[in-house]
Amino acid sequence: MGQALQRAAQWTSAKDGSGGKLEFTKINEELLNTIIKFLEGFSSKYPEEAKLVFKSPLTWPSSLTPQTMSGPGLSEKGDDLVSDATERDIPLFALKKESVAYECSAMTLDYCEQVLRAASDKKMHEVRACLEANRDPVVNMLGERFATVEGDDNSIFRFMEEITKEIEQLAKQSAENEGNTEKQQELDEKKLVLKLRLSLLRLDQQLLNQSIAHITKEARLTPVIVDGEFNILRDLSGADERKYVLESIEYWGDGYVFKNGCRAHPQRQLHGDIAYIEARPFDGNPLYITANTSGYYMNKGPDNRGDLDYEKEGDSYRDLVTLLKDKSPHFAEAIDKQEFSLKVQERDDHRVPDSKVHDVGDEDDQEYSYRQEQRRQKQIIEEPEKDQKSKKPQRKKKLEPSLKWKTLGMEEYKEPEKRSERAFKIKKKTSSSRLKSKTPLDAEDTFSESSTESEEEEEAVERRSETNADLPSEYWQIQKLVKYLKGGNQTATIIALCSMRDFNLAQETCQLAIRDVGGLEVLINLLDTEEVKCKIGSLKILKEISRNTQIRRAIADLGGLQTMVKILRDADKELKCLAAETIANVAKFRRARRTVRQHGGIKKLVGLLDCSLTSPVQHSQQMKNETDDVEVARCGALALWSCSKSRKNKEAMQKAGAIPLLAKLLKSPHENMLIPVVGTLQECASEHSYRLAIRTEGMVEDLVKNLNSQTDELQMHCASAIFKCAEEKETRDLVRQYGGLDPLVSLLQKTENKELLAAATGAIWKCAISPENVQRFQELKAIEMLVGLLNDQPEEVLVNVVGAIGELAKATPNRLQIRKSGGIPPLVNLLTGTNQALLVNVTKAVGQCAEEPDNMTIIDKLDGVRLLWSLLKNQNPEVQASAAWAICPCIENAKDAGEMVRSFVGGLELIVSLLKSENKEVLASVCAAIANIAKDEENLAVITDHGVVPMLARLTNTTDDRLRRHLAEAIARCCNWGNNRTSFGREGAVAPLVKYLKSGDDMVHRSTARALYQLSKNPDNCITMHESGVVQPLLKMVGSHDEELQEASAGCIGNIRRLALANEKARYS
Amino acid sequence: MSNIKRQELTKLTEKLMKRKECHFQKHEVERLIIMFCKLTGGCHEKLDRAKFRDILHKCFCMTDDMLMDRVFRSFDTDTDNYLSHEEWVIGLSIMLHGTYEEKCNFCFVAYDLNSDGWISREEMFQLLKNSILKQVSEEDQDENIKELVEIVLKKMDRDHDSRLSLQDFKGTVKEEPLLLEVLGPCLPNKPEHNLGPYS
Repeated sequence: MGQALQRAAQWTSAKDGSGGKLEFTKINEELLNTIIKFLEGFSSKYPEEAKLVFKSPLTWPSSLTPQTMSGPGLSEKGDDLVSDATERDIPLFALKKESVAYECSAMTLDYCEQVLRAASDKKMHEVRACLEANRDPVVNMLGERFATVEGDDNSIFRFMEEITKEIEQLAKQSAENEGNTEKQQELDEKKLVLKLRLSLLRLDQQLLNQSIAHITKEARLTPVIVDGEFNILRDLSGADERKYVLESIEYWGDGYVFKNGCRAHPQRQLHGDIAYIEARPFDGNPLYITANTSGYYMNKGPDNRGDLDYEKEGDSYRDLVTLLKDKSPHFAEAIDKQEFSLKVQERDDHRVPDSKVHDVGDEDDQEYSYRQEQRRQKQIIEEPEKDQKSKKPQRKKKLEPSLKWKTLGMEEYKEPEKRSERAFKIKKKTSSSRLKSKTPLDAEDTFSESSTESEEEEEAVERRSETNADLPSEYWQIQKLVKYLKGGNQTATIIALCSMRDFNLAQETCQLAIRDVGGLEVLINLLDTEEVKCKIGSLKILKEISRNTQIRRAIADLGGLQTMVKILRDADKELKCLAAETIANVAKFRRARRTVRQHGGIKKLVGLLDCSLTSPVQHSQQMKNETDDVEVARCGALALWSCSKSRKNKEAMQKAGAIPLLAKLLKSPHENMLIPVVGTLQECASEHSYRLAIRTEGMVEDLVKNLNSQTDELQMHCASAIFKCAEEKETRDLVRQYGGLDPLVSLLQKTENKELLAAATGAIWKCAISPENVQRFQELKAIEMLVGLLNDQPEEVLVNVVGAIGELAKATPNRLQIRKSGGIPPLVNLLTGTNQALLVNVTKAVGQCAEEPDNMTIIDKLDGVRLLWSLLKNQNPEVQASAAWAICPCIENAKDAGEMVRSFVGGLELIVSLLKSENKEVLASVCAAIANIAKDEENLAVITDHGVVPMLARLTNTTDDRLRRHLAEAIARCCNWGNNRTSFGREGAVAPLVKYLKSGDDMVHRSTARALYQLSKNPDNCITMHESGVVQPLLKMVGSHDEELQEASAGCIGNIRRLALANEKARYS
Repeated sequence: MSNIKRQELTKLTEKLMKRKECHFQKHEVERLIIMFCKLTGGCHEKLDRAKFRDILHKCFCMTDDMLMDRVFRSFDTDTDNYLSHEEWVIGLSIMLHGTYEEKCNFCFVAYDLNSDGWISREEMFQLLKNSILKQVSEEDQDENIKELVEIVLKKMDRDHDSRLSLQDFKGTVKEEPLLLEVLGPCLPNKPEHNLGPYS
């Protein structure tokens, strides 16, 4: 691993004299993880190599203490912990106290592994410390000859030669006289060394391979590349925001270029810096960028004295453009346009012939508008258009139809058409030809969005007829109006806009007609003008038609979102409202939401929420102003509601300070304001930080208050917000304190509104986690109502209903109530379902019900246990686990449980096989179930035959307390058959069990003590226990308040003592 | 304060402040009167059409000759082809701060070319003549304008008598405020448009 550590791992520069540290980077973390994986299980794979003694110990400052580490073979000496085994008088393992911290030194890999096991969750820390202290661990382990060197490493070959030579020698010697055992031993050891070295080499290779995957991603920069990128960008910089991508880009510093092409100071060049760049984007502060050999990254910019603060800020990027794209939305947008303007210069001469080559997209509206464009072009250019049709065959052949430059060509031609009307300055850009989506898809981002987006609307399928004959009359009328929009001045535009609104814009034919005749482009272009009235008129139409999914996508593709986000800062309130409402409609799909965020829309929308009267009040307009502000805030909340479906947007909203504003708006008396506000909160409550804020900002009270609202939608959102927030105990308590449980239960009567029902039952489910709430629900007779909902409800409601019943059933009187109101048959019935979430809840609920023997009889009659058992075969580990948990009380409370379990064909084999699961929860639950099964002797015999003992023993190394508890319980029960006790001892389950006594969990102690008591009935186990230092902790536990624990501990000590006595007796008699 | 006495100014201002159409503050009225005096040479002088158009152009960026004349007509309530200081202040008051009702009246008077109380097809045609960029032929152009006029009529002519009455006008504008300047811009629309160049 030497090579990998030297080359791949990222060390901090060795400036603090202590030899550098491993940086906390992703690569290093992965390297460390691989090393940990290698070490764990090394001793079982290579027992001999693991015992090989190092040439010199690996020593490092450790976070371990003797208490955590102690075990068999280690003895405490004062503060230190030293192993009994030594080599050349040095203990193989030592944990010495050095002033405050401990220093660990290990001489075999075996001990290293033990350290890792003891460190449990601090494994990474230990390995890091060890590697930092021993830069070339191989030298310590195997000696100087294996030191990591530059260039060819022949040490292994030389070593092998040596060994073979010695073998030959030995062979000769043994031929001469009787075998030289000493030599033989030495040789064996050398072979071991070789083996270890080879396996380390393999690890080394693995590490290098791993890091190479990372490194290849990070191509190194050179001054030449930096210069190249810089020059291109400088050519694209200028003052005009529309034309250029950046305002300016300059090298930062005195402009001196060193011979090697670098511009950074020599001392900074040591760190790999090549140059510093100052880029001024049109949107935002100047960016100070360091060009380092490892990539471009932002630095902290110059301080007051003009010195650059070199510290890295944020991630590294492979190229400058990506960095700037990330930092400046304007740049990202503009750079895409730039690409083709460059192309056009190259291709200028071929433009005329080429422009006849169509690139026909899939959508025929593109073709349509393109033809229109061509027609117009024909009118303007004098150039004779040569029979287009004759050229048509060409279009399919042409493989590189660059629409981008074609667009540009068109724009030039249209120049004369752009009348310089004095008052009316609408930039009627080429309308139809912007085919390139302005809302770029970027794969990186798509997967980082939140889960709430699963209901993402699918790309709508185009289903329009191709033939013009069936087009409705609206189509032609709208086409005429769009003509006025395109060709008219402000007055004509407004007339056309108002007239267009007289159509039924909710109708799909009209919506699509507007798009198909190229109206959408014009409407969006109008947003870019100076004319407030045109903007308002256009937005009023866009707001309506953006209810259509296809139109939404078209608006996003045409760059409408960017413009609307800009409008959010307009002074005109009506305009702001309309823009926000339209954004609310458009941002229903992921790409649009991302665009809104990337163009700073979230911040602006959050700004809209602030509806306090900041603007100076004029005359009697105060009232109007106020209502206007409220309206603006409402529209802002509406847009945020749509946007809040993305996780990153939620973060951005929080950053922009949305939470206190939402809290303020939540106090609003207007219901139409409350719905978007609560909707947003409900959406955001999936994030922990929001849940915390909802609690601490006192929003729970308002949410509860609004549960009593008259509007179903508002009630639904409130209940749903409570559903999400009630994951936290404090919130549950608040809901109770504000009297929210009563309205929640009364919402259960609204059986016709399924969404509301799902939200209300969900809220009840989560609230019922607190016992105090359960009591209130009991008083409100929630159980009866919930049981009533078990029939004929959609799955999303059922999941919550059953979840609520499961929680409520934790209280004994409720279990009775469930039986009385006939809830058990429908619950057992639901066990046959397929919905995973539902199954998890149903199994839990059935398990809770089974705690009551009377209930159990019913479940048994309905064959519920068999159904539960068959769920163990489910693919989903969660279902497996909760089914296994539910089986436990069933076995406990069923009559003839043993007989019942045996009657399931293959059932016992199935449950034993689940011990192979990777999932800790499944393991714990299965252990608990096995503990119950093993109560019956015959069944215990069967599971023993299925090999339960070695499988349980294999799990003993776990550090998970929950699993430990049930595992120890299962071991205790399984001891009662045949020679299982001996088998457990043989499988090495005893020593790890002793360690459980150090756990902080009392329940673990209890079951462990029981297991140890059972195991101690076997003398060999007693010896192992004693070696592992069981007596001390057991003695402490004898003094426990827990009687069962006392008894088991005392029994165990008694058994050990008896063995010792018998031993002594045997010796003296 | 060159060509008006303090006393007279206060008197005129007070008189104007009593008018309900006056939405200005007192000091604004004073400034306007002083401005009027500067333009004409005395508060009892009259402002002629040319000077007024000049102001409209410079302060409110109005460009259409015909519409500027029409705005002058709306200001000139006594139709004597000159503006008195009263007409000046009240006109500006309506134009800048007028209520919906006042603005409707203002625009309607401006659009009613022959001042007969109705806006006819012909008047609309006249007003919208230049609202569409020149297409190919003159006839096409006329055809397009006519269609546009029909659109306006369809939208605004509520009593279906093929002409717009003040009632029609107010009714539709109330429903759709964007239609206030349906036949051409005659009100300042942007906050940056003000009397800055003169004050």
